[in-house]
Amino acid sequence: MKEIRFHGRGGQGAVTSAELAAQAAISVGMYAQAFPSFGPERRGAPVQAFLRISETPIRLRSKIYKPDVIVILDSSLVNSGNPMEGLKEDGIVVLNTNLDEESIKRLFPGRKVAYVDALKIAKEEMGVTITNTTMLGALVRASNLFPIEALDEPVRERFKNIAQKNINAYMRAYRETKILGE
Amino acid sequence: MKKVGIEVSLAIAEAAKLARVEVVSAYPITPQTHIVEHLAELVADGELEAAYLNVESEHSALSACVGAAAAGARTFTSTSAQGLELMHEILFIASSLRLPIVMVLVNRALSAPLSIWGDHSDVMAARDCGWIMLFCENGQEAVDSVIMAYRIGEDRRVLLPVAVNIDGFTLSHVIEPVEFPDQELVDSFLPPYKPLFTLNPERPVTMGAYGMPEIYTEAKYAQEMAILNSKAVIKEVMEEFGKVFKRNYRVVETYNLENSELAFLALGSINENIKTAIDILKAKGTNVGLISLRLYRPFPSEELLEVLKNVKRLMVVERAMPQGATNSPLFNELSAFAFHNGLNIIMENYIAGLGGRDVDPQEFVNIALNPFKKDGKLNYKIIGVRE
Repeated sequence: MKEIRFHGRGGQGAVTSAELAAQAAISVGMYAQAFPSFGPERRGAPVQAFLRISETPIRLRSKIYKPDVIVILDSSLVNSGNPMEGLKEDGIVVLNTNLDEESIKRLFPGRKVAYVDALKIAKEEMGVTITNTTMLGALVRASNLFPIEALDEPVRERFKNIAQKNINAYMRAYRETKILGE
Repeated sequence: MKKVGIEVSLAIAEAAKLARVEVVSAYPITPQTHIVEHLAELVADGELEAAYLNVESEHSALSACVGAAAAGARTFTSTSAQGLELMHEILFIASSLRLPIVMVLVNRALSAPLSIWGDHSDVMAARDCGWIMLFCENGQEAVDSVIMAYRIGEDRRVLLPVAVNIDGFTLSHVIEPVEFPDQELVDSFLPPYKPLFTLNPERPVTMGAYGMPEIYTEAKYAQEMAILNSKAVIKEVMEEFGKVFKRNYRVVETYNLENSELAFLALGSINENIKTAIDILKAKGTNVGLISLRLYRPFPSEELLEVLKNVKRLMVVERAMPQGATNSPLFNELSAFAFHNGLNIIMENYIAGLGGRDVDPQEFVNIALNPFKKDGKLNYKIIGVRE
């Protein structure tokens, strides 16, 4: 079982990301579970969302304390709160950033980091600053949770006529994501 | 059938649609909201042919369901916490009038302090209202239970309302795999509701008339026999559900109990975390079982007695406080049950998961390995409490 924790800000779609990834995994016959950090949501405040993906049925309904992967949708969160908390030693950080490789290395010494400028991609592909679907491309590239195409159906279902832009965004992020420490 | 990834609340609304409910009346309250929102959407989009009655409170929501069920409609409602408390007096009327309303009770803590998160204080405050009560551990069970609930409640040998309990947030707001049964199969399993008596101006009847002292006792006795006798029907319906839909349910479920003298007993989705704890213990060489009451009302005495026959130590985990009683509600009932059945079992009472407090499987591992011994004034242990 892989446990993934999403860190974003209220309104950035961290919960939607986790949900779409769960639906993609379920659509290819895996078991998955996604849920928000329950509570009153506030726009702009740090929020978490949780995702479990497994080959066998998942019998666990607590939050994720020791994730295999963390996804950071908003680079300002790196220094606020502690998104790294509990990340397994061999865990992966999936980061939306425009920083260069050296700066990222300094931020996450010794860590495996997958990074992409999702904000730039989201702006160019969708004309918005919301990076949640874009970052799914980076997550799948970094973790091989399921084939990237598995996202298409749940994304089309959810976003209808703007789905293709989202698909273009995560496909581009999938191609452009770089991995440190691989 | 293919499994789809769907939020459990939405799946429950889809189950109500598959059951072809005719009247929905509910008042929104977290964490029940997504169920009734999705039903409203299904009705507005013309995907579900039902009357959706908007009301000003939960008291009115259940009252509307009582009226609709009395007129012969298949009715659905859903609520949580304070909403259930506001319905309280009508809960008794629904069961006493023998109306097979189905309610999905999204379990949530009662205020104060204000909490929107899950526990069982709501259902425990309404446990003896004459409703049949089922508990679910996951989304699939919730969907299947809603369909079974109508078949059970509407059976002429039963005619009682059914509450399907699902945990707020940890179940209601989780996206997980659910397999939806075919509409055709559901239709064959659940034929349209044929009420025995209905409110109809052409054939006037009185429902809920005065029960003078000469008849009230007999009326209550008849109602009690109905809920006691409903268990046989519930088992029959579960068995038939298994034949038709290939998913088997029992009124009392067990996990790894075959070779265990040590067992947990709990209600609802926390049982999944307990199962994970049991797997951890097993890997370390300790065998512990789980007893899960899928059916809580009527109390499944015979079935429980059967599974308890080899149990020497029972750890009862509850998501509700005693509120001044000796122990938490289910524990007290189980204690009386054990005493009157001459069971020689060491029973321990654990309280956990109040107001949405997360309970990691490791907590259950610790309980199993370190039995609670009373040393202070409490007859129970509150997991993780800070003093």
